[in-house]
Amino acid sequence: MGKTLFEKIWEEHAVAETPGGSTLIAIDRVFLHERTGAAALKRMAEMGRTVRDPSRVFAVMDHIVDTRPGRSDGTLMAGGEGFITETRAACQAAGITLFDVNDRDQGIVHVISPEQGIVLPGLTLVAPDSHTCTQGAFGALAWGIGSSEAEHAMVTGTLRMSRPQTMRVRFEGELPFGATAKDMILVLIAAHGAGGGAGHVVEFAGDAVTSLDMEGRMTLCNMATEFSATSGLIAPDGKTFAYLSGRAYAPDSFDDRHWQSLKSDEDATFDQEIVIDASAIAPMVSWGTSPEHTIPVDGAVPHGPDSVHDYIGLPAEAPLAGTPIDAAFIGSCTNSRISDLRRAAGILKGKRIAPSVKKALVVPGSLAVKRQAEAEGLDAIFAAAGFEWRMSGCSLCFYAGGEGFPAGSRVISSTNRNFEGRQGPGIRTHIASPETVAASAIAGAIADPRELMREREAAA
Amino acid sequence: MLRDNVDTDTIIPSREMRSTGRDGLADGLFAPWRYIDADGRIEDPDFVLNCAAYRDTSILAAGANFGCGSSREHAVWALAEWGIRAIIAEGFAPIFHANCIRNFILPVTLKRAAIEALAGEEVTIDLAAQEARSAGKTHAFEIEREAKQMLAQGLDAIDLTLTQAPEIEGWTARDRSARPWVYLGGASA
Ligand code: SF4
Repeated sequence: MGKTLFEKIWEEHAVAETPGGSTLIAIDRVFLHERTGAAALKRMAEMGRTVRDPSRVFAVMDHIVDTRPGRSDGTLMAGGEGFITETRAACQAAGITLFDVNDRDQGIVHVISPEQGIVLPGLTLVAPDSHTCTQGAFGALAWGIGSSEAEHAMVTGTLRMSRPQTMRVRFEGELPFGATAKDMILVLIAAHGAGGGAGHVVEFAGDAVTSLDMEGRMTLCNMATEFSATSGLIAPDGKTFAYLSGRAYAPDSFDDRHWQSLKSDEDATFDQEIVIDASAIAPMVSWGTSPEHTIPVDGAVPHGPDSVHDYIGLPAEAPLAGTPIDAAFIGSCTNSRISDLRRAAGILKGKRIAPSVKKALVVPGSLAVKRQAEAEGLDAIFAAAGFEWRMSGCSLCFYAGGEGFPAGSRVISSTNRNFEGRQGPGIRTHIASPETVAASAIAGAIADPRELMREREAAA
Repeated sequence: MLRDNVDTDTIIPSREMRSTGRDGLADGLFAPWRYIDADGRIEDPDFVLNCAAYRDTSILAAGANFGCGSSREHAVWALAEWGIRAIIAEGFAPIFHANCIRNFILPVTLKRAAIEALAGEEVTIDLAAQEARSAGKTHAFEIEREAKQMLAQGLDAIDLTLTQAPEIEGWTARDRSARPWVYLGGASA
């Protein structure tokens, strides 16, 4: 019987069985950040342990770094500087490569790992960060772990695992005008629940997936964790190798025979299969406090738990479009790459955000993305529209203390989590594509981006 | 706490993670729910862990997909520091589940009806027998053999894995010739 892509990677990395019945899986790459990686490095040092192969461990400062121009080690979050200086010292002691605060390649971990060619098809890559699954877009098995597991991976070169189940999600047909990879993953989670992928590694397939560029594929895989999947991945193809070619840590040439084998065989079977009609996907916006609380932008709020309606301040049956917003955020490992910024800028060009929108931020995913955007003049478009243009980092994708949105704000956000308090105490987050964020910022209320996009197309 | 999808941002908000270490986290445990005013540390008397009867509990009862969201192990460290030894839920987010085992908190998965029957009662969990018991009622649960062993014997996963170092070395030597592009540190790394 044929094998799935996941099974091929799993079997290739299976080092040994343990006496307790789990499998030692070899780990090819470990990536750390200052928020959770520092804890792993600290503990490792306390235990007198060392990194087995420091050349394959990387770290970055992204989570709590200041994103205002002219930044240094200081953070807006009280005590944050300690995380940064401790991480730096620990990386040095451990001999691992660090992308430091103002290093030219600094950025959000899941943005810079592909940019640097650190993730490659067929690899296993782990990081103490739940959105590590983003990197599955390259046909790697990439997943989030805890700090103790990160220490385990660094010290032993392996993790103790029990084998997850397999699931394939096929998006059939062509994505319609105005719909994006973000909307695809939100449709999946809305239809099958925030727990729908639990225990599974999900392979995304189908025409609408292969049609996506690498950045769209990363957006899709990014939110596999919001689906509770162990990870998400996409079989590598010509686009994958073209993207990686020439990147700093990518090999000079690819071993075609090995890489061509990285796909699920025709006769492979999955423990679960889901098929979604991509041609019916519309721009999606979350209405509640779980990513599964998501509906098409022109839909009405469904009946949910009272506590959710209370927190979000929207009654059942209210139309979502037209809900006034106070702030807008474009950034995060979901939607902060150059194509995201281009699409948002395309909508914002020549427009201004509504006066009622008190804070609007655009935070590029990496300093490389920032430079590229500036070379294309996107920064000027954002600034003219009323968005603040920032240095790269996680920024207000999550609230660490310090900088925040005005108390009680309703925020339209290109991020991946709309949990209670995720962007600050009492903040009500609506997640959506960068297009929808841009259109809503202009309208001052949740808005369907397709109208402005049509206007643009007609004018072009 | 019979809610679904309790996320790690709620268990320990990022702003409550004040040092790179594992200590000093219990104070921020469930801060958004536990305090009316988190800065002033003014407690909400209605929150279950603030009730006199449950303040010293070592077992938490929850709904589905407990511990979802961020991978932060601080969520488990905070629970452990507060004194939680076991969590009974309909299901756990995978990273959180693994973090529990590594920190010797027992994750027990049971059906909703069983959890509702146990919640608020005096509960004993017998890991060896794989049973959660309250007055007269017994609920069996499944746990992976290795996780059970590690919890029961307090084993350190890294030490355990290092006993298989020769196998890891052998695998790496073979893999290095099969997939040389994986290795970035030159011949000796
Ligand atoms: S951008 Fe947000 S979701 Fe992504 S790694 Fe940073 S904090 Fe996590």
